[in-house]
Amino acid sequence: MNFKVDGKAAFAYTAAHELVPDKRTLVFVHGAGLDHSSFGLQSRYFGYHGWNVLALDLPGHGRSAGPPLPGIAAMADWVFRFLDQISVPGKVNLTGHSMGALVALECAARQPARVERIALIGVAYPMKVSDAFLDAARRNDPAAFDMETIWGHAAQVPLRGDPNPGMWMYGDTLARLRRLAPGVLYNDLKACDEYQLAGSVQCPVLFVLGRRDIMTPPRGAAALQEKLADSKTVMIEPSGHSLMAEAPDATLEALAGFFRR
Amino acid sequence: MAGPKYPGFDTLALHAGQSPDPATGARAVPVYQTTSYVFRDTEHAASLFNMERAGHVYSRISNPTVAVLEERIAALEGGVGAIATASGQAALHLAVATLMGAGAHIVASGSLYGGSHNLLAYTLKRFGIDTTFVSPRDPENFRQAIRENTRLLFGETLGNPGLDVLDIPAVAAIAHQAKVPLLVDATFTTPWLMLPFELGADLLYHSATKFLGGHGVAIGGVLVDSGRFDWEASGKFDTLTAPYAGFHNMDFEEESGTRAFLLRARREGLRDFGACMAPMTAFQILQGVETLHLRMPRHVENTRKVVAFLDKHPAVEKVIYPELASHPDHELCRKLLPKGAGAVFSFEIKGGRPAGKKFIESLRVFSHLANVGDAKSLVIHPATTTHYRMSDEDLKRAGITAGTVRLSIGLEDAQDLIDDLERSLKAAMK
Repeated sequence: MNFKVDGKAAFAYTAAHELVPDKRTLVFVHGAGLDHSSFGLQSRYFGYHGWNVLALDLPGHGRSAGPPLPGIAAMADWVFRFLDQISVPGKVNLTGHSMGALVALECAARQPARVERIALIGVAYPMKVSDAFLDAARRNDPAAFDMETIWGHAAQVPLRGDPNPGMWMYGDTLARLRRLAPGVLYNDLKACDEYQLAGSVQCPVLFVLGRRDIMTPPRGAAALQEKLADSKTVMIEPSGHSLMAEAPDATLEALAGFFRR
Repeated sequence: MAGPKYPGFDTLALHAGQSPDPATGARAVPVYQTTSYVFRDTEHAASLFNMERAGHVYSRISNPTVAVLEERIAALEGGVGAIATASGQAALHLAVATLMGAGAHIVASGSLYGGSHNLLAYTLKRFGIDTTFVSPRDPENFRQAIRENTRLLFGETLGNPGLDVLDIPAVAAIAHQAKVPLLVDATFTTPWLMLPFELGADLLYHSATKFLGGHGVAIGGVLVDSGRFDWEASGKFDTLTAPYAGFHNMDFEEESGTRAFLLRARREGLRDFGACMAPMTAFQILQGVETLHLRMPRHVENTRKVVAFLDKHPAVEKVIYPELASHPDHELCRKLLPKGAGAVFSFEIKGGRPAGKKFIESLRVFSHLANVGDAKSLVIHPATTTHYRMSDEDLKRAGITAGTVRLSIGLEDAQDLIDDLERSLKAAMK
């Protein structure tokens, strides 16, 4: 569904449903260089199971106009401006993947009165990005796409089947990245690398982590897990960083169980 | 720190798309000879039908054995995914039917396999889709034929029968300026000889019956999407960017972005037209794909030897193979096909129809049949078979002569092939 935020085109996938005031709302925030469709199966499930779904395209991604926003805090503020624009009532729930997880975290810290629960998929804190990766992205070198593609999946992915029949996970990630405007991936990676959580988060938090995650290994979430008062973790054994694609059912079960309460 | 590395072609040809069977540990791809799949419960069933979960419902839409072949070819081609079909023709039809309906227009190379030409020139016309055929030798011909309602540019990587090399970068640029995709038939080249997506093509398909299988035991096709064409930005493809009443008002592009084309092709095309691949066929074609990287170099090596022999033979008028300097696309071939121009080519025998007939009937190693891309060497004489009703004038218009012989070079001892040809040419000249 097309919206306007700050006078610019902004898109959110709603699973072909109108937003209804008496439903709970679940906002999905994608990772670096990606878009709403990375939550395809999971966001569709919630949309058809009684939720208002808003799977966002952050500015400069997917169907939302650019430029990309400089930093996680700016992205979190934009999420609230988006919600203000469409008058979402009450508290919202957020699910974020990777960079999007940091955005969800920052939303919960900035406006705790508006956030009920957050789920953080494939997250590490701090989310440091290697110099080689950042440098390649800064130069808009296609090697950066290769790094995101290969490190963004479990090492076993190219030699095993995609849960979606007939799809090739590496090819799909590369195709998404190749659609980006120059500089967007660098903007996102830099935002991850520089992010520092300033406030505190009081709402319940779910961590969904992939045991075989190369990009944000599970141990990278430990510092954040210790910082949060009310959190639980679901570890998905065979998955790498792209949990929604690599282990779609297990990721969905984790989210559904957490948000069902 | 070393940069990340993708698995090589040879590894993907053997492994992509499959892990050992989780139920039995079987290393070979199991043949899931089943029509349907038991749901865990009603909730699971509903979510599979509504595409909230990944999985298999009914083997016309997807099947675990077929999915391995689809993913493996997508991996070899560098696409986002693939759909295996009942034949190469079914793959072409699926591509067209997914992109357009009555009132649309295609610009196609005139150098096409006869079956593709029939589909575009006659059958699709009956359903309201017109095609303009152009010579592929000058990419500008494609531009000149584009109309407001054009929705696709189409050609073969190596055209039939003259082995015209499609200038994919140039034709793709013309297609993209017109905001339409370029589809190529990559059957003759396979991903081992050429990667059309790297050259700019958006969609491709194979008759998997040919080199991918290589054994001549199974008919099949595979349609692959690069995921690079932006359907939404084009604004010309309502089938992918507008709500579809036939699937819960799904907007396929909005739903899945890079996967929109394949999603619609599977959820509508396989569902409604039903030209799916059988699991046993997928298994058989997979056996061929696992050795594609070993077979193709030998196909090319043998072909070069046979071409060199025929090119100097006094009974041969000319040999049509793009690696020869005499071929009009020789330079383009060097640029786009550095690993070789494949293993199918034609030559003209002196003496017309009678000589061609005698030549064919004298062959002992070559098999006289209507196929190409087999591990065994094949031959056909169009003037006495596929084009036998045509006059010499009509043959000329089709780009062949009464003396044209098409060869598909297999994996036998090259000297045996040359000896067979030499003896038969001698017989034909008597």
